[in-house]
This record gives sequence, structure tokens and C-alpha cells, in this order.
Amino acid sequence: MAPSLSDVMTPDAAALAASSKGEGRAPLEAGSPEHDLFTGLTRLGDTTLILGHRVSEWCGHAPVLEEDIALANMALDLIGQTQLWLGLAGEVEGRGRDADALAFRRDGWDFHNLLLVERPNGDFGTTLMRQFLFDAWHAPMLKALEGSSDARVAEIAQKAGKEVAYHIERSADLVIRLGDGTEESHNRMQSALDALWGYTGEAFIADAVDTRLAEAGIMPAPESLRPAYDETINAVLAEATLKRPESNFAHKGGKQGRHSEHMGHLLTQMQWLQRAYPDARW
Amino acid sequence: MSSEWPLWEVFIRGQHGLNHRHVGSLHAPDAELAIRHARDVYTRRNEGVSIWVVPSAQITASAPSEKGPLFEPANAKVYRHPTFYDIPDEVGHM
Repeated sequence: MAPSLSDVMTPDAAALAASSKGEGRAPLEAGSPEHDLFTGLTRLGDTTLILGHRVSEWCGHAPVLEEDIALANMALDLIGQTQLWLGLAGEVEGRGRDADALAFRRDGWDFHNLLLVERPNGDFGTTLMRQFLFDAWHAPMLKALEGSSDARVAEIAQKAGKEVAYHIERSADLVIRLGDGTEESHNRMQSALDALWGYTGEAFIADAVDTRLAEAGIMPAPESLRPAYDETINAVLAEATLKRPESNFAHKGGKQGRHSEHMGHLLTQMQWLQRAYPDARW
Repeated sequence: MSSEWPLWEVFIRGQHGLNHRHVGSLHAPDAELAIRHARDVYTRRNEGVSIWVVPSAQITASAPSEKGPLFEPANAKVYRHPTFYDIPDEVGHM
């Protein structure tokens, strides 16, 4: 059934989607352990989903065939991880929403991804820099999640960790090659770094949900990942002859559902089919 | 850009195969990236456990025009195939 105008205007489209499936259960109570876990899982799953979508935008447009395929592979890795994180989030929520419902039937304010990953692709250098700045956080994050007190979380982290070990190897290598490459490639990588740096800090800033998840041993305290991050960033940027920006100003809000102007455009592209033809199948 | 990158031949050893087999070629600026590209292009469906890359320029090939002298003489030498032995049943498949 196609959504009517009133459906489209409903602020809580998520609840509407759930109720239309006959799932009458009340939303999770904010501050409850289940709600915290659901939020933590959507932060992970939304981040991999949005980045996966962004990277997939390169499909057919990368500078060379080999890089095109490499980017598509990475996008698919990230979407695969999304299925696991959001699949578990849906189970934890218990209101009948699966990974697809969470990915395609929520609005911007219900997404909890880091702002970094919704940044537009820009040129190839900007895409690679964004990837590197993300991977340098993602790898130690998954490493820490392998020790989660929640066995389901640990299991997903273990599987994703193998993929991400390759992502960081690749993105770091390309950042070094292009940073320490020609004058043109160096300048592009430096301006990409300068433009994106302000979006890296958010991942290390804890809110109440993060703190409770850390106390429960389910997810690491965000700030605990900073030393590993700095070590990777400093080593790679030095080898790439790139200068780390001095400002530690951090844009934030993505984890709480406050997004940049780019998010709506991205969701329009990503969700239009399931919005126009709910439950459409191949 | 891609025309500036040299061509590499890619050899993959499969899950159960003993030998590396030629699977195709790709462009890359150096050997390290050629391995990485090979991983991304040729092992997406779990095809391999080991990758070799060789600069295509390093391969010396026989000339197609010499096909006759090189290979045709072997056609007439059936006795080089071990088909003139009776293999006892208990030996099984060889």
C-alpha cells in the first residue's frame, strides 16, 4: 500500500511503519538497557550503512577499473556489516523491524551515524581521506567490541574486523601514496584532510548512552579509542607528508540524530524505492 | 592515467588446486598494488589462497607463427601417450 500524504507528513514514520505491520508493541523506553543497546547498535549500523552508500556512489565512476571494483567491494563489506548491526538492533527492539525496515523506513532524525560518513564524496582524494579517517577509528572500535560483554556484539565485531583490517591497510597505503605523490595529489589530500578533520572528533565524545553502554561492558568508552587513533593518524600522515590540522574543534550531533544538510539528499537517493513502493521485491 | 600504469599478469592458487593458474591481467603502478588489485578484482568469490603477479613485459611468449614447427611434430607421436599398457583393475583411476 502506498503511503498517503498524511503518512508522509507523520513525524514518527518509524512507528507508523511498525504499526502498519501490526506490531503493536510500545517503543523502547529511553534510558532502558534495551534502548541503550538499540541506540548503540544503530550508531554502528547507520554509520556503516551511510558510508557504504556513499562509497557505492563511485560505482562506475572511479578513475580506473581496478579502483572501481575495490571501492565496490568495500561498499559491499560495509553494507554487509550493516545487515548484521541493524539486524541485531531490530531484534533488540522487538517491534518487528528488520535491517531493511531500519535502513529504508526511518527518517533523518532517527539515524545515528557519525557526521563524517555523510560528507559528500568530493574528488577521489577526499573519498580516500574520509575512508582513512574512518577506518583508523573503525578498526580499533571493532577490536574493542570483540571483547563485548554481549556475545552477539562480539561475534559481529570479529567478523567485520577481518574486512576492516584490509580496508585500513588499503586506505592508509593510498593516503601515503597520494600525500607523498605529485604536488597536485599532495595538495588535494591536504585540503581533503583540512576539510574533513573537524568531523573526526565526534566519534570520541561520549553521551549518556555511550557511558552506560561502556559501564555495562557492551561497547568501549568512545574516548578510550583516542590513543590508538592518534597513533595511526600521526604515523600515516607523517609518512604521507601531510600536516595534521591543529584545531580539535569537532562537529557533533550525528550520533543523536542531528545531521548535516547532505543527509536528506543521501536518504532520498537511498530510500526512494522502498518509500515509493513499500515492500517491493525483486 | 590507466594507460600509464604497466600491465600485470595475475596467477591465483585456488582453494584445492596445487598450482597457480593464470586468471587474467590488470593495471597497477607497482607490484604491491598489483597484488591488492588482484585481490579485489580476482578473488571476490573466494577463489584463492595465494596470488602471484608478474609484469606482462617480463613474459617471453612463443610466436603464434611458429605454431607449426613447435607443436605439430608432437601430433604424430602417439607412443608418447601411455595408452599401450593394460592397467590392472586394482590400480583404480590413474
